[in-house]
Amino acid sequence: MSRGFRAGAPGTVLGLALLAGPSLAGLSLAGVSPAQAYTVYVTNEKGNSVSVIDTETMAVTGTWKVGRRPRGVTTSKDGKELFVCASDDDRIDVLDTSTGKVVRSLRSGPDPEQFILGPQGNLLYVANEDDSQVTVIDVEKNKVLAEVPVGVEPEGMGLSPDGKILVNTSETTNMAHFIDTTTFAVIDNVLVDARPRFAEFTADGKYLWVSAEVGGTISVIDVAARRVIKKITFKIPSVNDEAIQPVGIRITKDGTKAFVALGPANRIAVIDAKTYAVEKYLPVGQRVWQLAFTPDQKLLFSTNGSSNDISVVDVAAEKVVKSIPVGLLPWGVAVSPN
Amino acid sequence: MHNPARILLAPLALGLFGLGFTGVPAAWAQEPVAKETAAQGSVAAPAIVPSETAIGFIYRPEVAPSSYDAEAVPEDEGVAGARMAVKDNNNTGRFTKQTYRLDEVALEPGSGRDGGQKAVAAARDLAGRGIRYLVVALPADEVLAVADALKGQGVTVFNIAAPDDRLRGADCRRNVFHVIPSRAMQTDALAQFFTLMRWRKMFLIVGPQENDRLYAEAFKNSARKFALKINAEKPWTFGPLAKARGDTPTRSEAMVFTRGVDYDLAVVADEAGDWGDYVPFRTVDPRPVAGTQGLIATTWHPMLETWGAAQAQNRFRRQSGRLMRPLDYQAWAAVRSVGEAATQKKTADPAVLAPYFAEPTFSLPAYKGVSLTYRPWDHQLRQPLIVVQPKALVSVAPEQGFTHQRTPLDTLGIDLPETTCKFAD
Repeated sequence: MSRGFRAGAPGTVLGLALLAGPSLAGLSLAGVSPAQAYTVYVTNEKGNSVSVIDTETMAVTGTWKVGRRPRGVTTSKDGKELFVCASDDDRIDVLDTSTGKVVRSLRSGPDPEQFILGPQGNLLYVANEDDSQVTVIDVEKNKVLAEVPVGVEPEGMGLSPDGKILVNTSETTNMAHFIDTTTFAVIDNVLVDARPRFAEFTADGKYLWVSAEVGGTISVIDVAARRVIKKITFKIPSVNDEAIQPVGIRITKDGTKAFVALGPANRIAVIDAKTYAVEKYLPVGQRVWQLAFTPDQKLLFSTNGSSNDISVVDVAAEKVVKSIPVGLLPWGVAVSPN
Repeated sequence: MHNPARILLAPLALGLFGLGFTGVPAAWAQEPVAKETAAQGSVAAPAIVPSETAIGFIYRPEVAPSSYDAEAVPEDEGVAGARMAVKDNNNTGRFTKQTYRLDEVALEPGSGRDGGQKAVAAARDLAGRGIRYLVVALPADEVLAVADALKGQGVTVFNIAAPDDRLRGADCRRNVFHVIPSRAMQTDALAQFFTLMRWRKMFLIVGPQENDRLYAEAFKNSARKFALKINAEKPWTFGPLAKARGDTPTRSEAMVFTRGVDYDLAVVADEAGDWGDYVPFRTVDPRPVAGTQGLIATTWHPMLETWGAAQAQNRFRRQSGRLMRPLDYQAWAAVRSVGEAATQKKTADPAVLAPYFAEPTFSLPAYKGVSLTYRPWDHQLRQPLIVVQPKALVSVAPEQGFTHQRTPLDTLGIDLPETTCKFAD
């Protein structure tokens, strides 16, 4: 499968789509067509760098130097800037994506781990892992607008599609904290299973999925009622239950399918996002943590920390089509919007 | 299996939590803790601020070394971990309306019968002031004395420093939970690793103290369990050479006493750390050293950074100005057990929590990649152990391939069919 990818210069995405069957092929022809290439950015936690991958060639085109212990990563709305949490330098590096150089750094508060960009692109909500708080930064002015105290070891950051509710998960307090983005006040807390790592809203804003790494579950929370309505569990033959440690979650925009990275189980679970049934497990690299779609949601990328690579998943075919070596201990992944 | 009648004692407190968790938008989460109502205090003794859960901590600080000691035990060993855990509990407590306090009692140096009496007196005093959770960093006899003195008073005792297997066996107590892994768990962890490496022939070197004999005993049991061979066993009779200065003449008889033994690995039993570190690189044949020194099995180590441990390491170092040690971690896990149980049960009522610790639904995330639970048959905390040399993590036990019908964690230590623990009521 991966050979097809390496061989093709332009047209590989199309080639893949044809392999995957008529439905996807049609979609691909209508929408993206051969030339739609994105750029994938992967933070290497121990490499202090960002690996840059072109989705057309599926090759690493560059390795950019950033601050120490880079983890969370995201692009600006226009794709011209890349934001990287430099956890051990207590700052967020802003890179110019045309040059790969750090052009400035944001005052993030101590130990930024994950963040999420507001819908207007001007606010960045940052989880300060060592400091039990969420910092709200005005990106242009490089100004801290608010510091919201949350539980111990805040990590996961989710934002409702309308931008009104921010959710932070705290890994040692084991809660999803609901924060009003107009008042920056915590309005509610929902207890989930042990070590919540990631929070992802469904596109309609009605549900929030929270992974629990040590608990081994996904809690699906009704956002209006702020109540856990479903706990998704996993069972993989020949894998210890203890090794099943859900971290990254991505849900398709049409709300039909969810992908969950299962850590040292070395699998991504594919879940029917309507019925919550786990449909299959895709084998990927070792210790898979974070996931990111391409904007057209045809491809999904996973960071595999222990095998120092990323896996590429064909979303429609639900198949791993390639793995690409990156730097040391890949942690986060983001894809350019264009 | 908690008593429902007891829960009724704190209806208002439960009501408050219910409010927070079921999602009525309430702004209380951001308010400072001082704005407590008095409603939650129905179970606390008079001397304690109603809503506050006080956790007692009894320890005996190490006497500072008389001269330079690179590895001197810090005076706040253990208690520093408890302090961090109380902060963690309080941070979480802001969202659940629970607050915690640590009441520390530092005993005078010197254990023995006198020390035991002092420990018991301190424990009685704490219990008299309403404390229902007590963490003790004390030797086995004192743990037992404290547990028995507090029997029937609804106090849960957490043993964080005594690895003695008898406390999980014939001398087990219903009111004691063991955070520190038993010696059996420690030696099983090493034996599993040796099995994995196919190192089968052991040379066991045993120190002069009673604890060394117990460690050697545990290792011999582990060797039987995992089919390792003890090819030779010799007592260490050369004194505390690891504590001697570098310019002390080498004791040649200590070097040659390893001659003529056919072995893959030397296992040292030296819990006091008097001579075990003297052995590596001084054996006649080039052989690795493990046991209480060299390659060890433990709960915590500066080299541990996975599973979020790096965060705990950083938080601890910032708070205490030194690296976190196993006893600090064990104290942290004990105090966090109380906080975690209170979060999960939505109450800090000791009558609810005391039986809950041993239930399978209680679980403690503690930077080990899996949730930790207490074994119901002897109240030992189930936990992976790290197998580590001074500068690197070597492995994590239970090793791959060691399976168990319940959880691989139960391949470490005394399992249910073998336990000699019978809780008296």
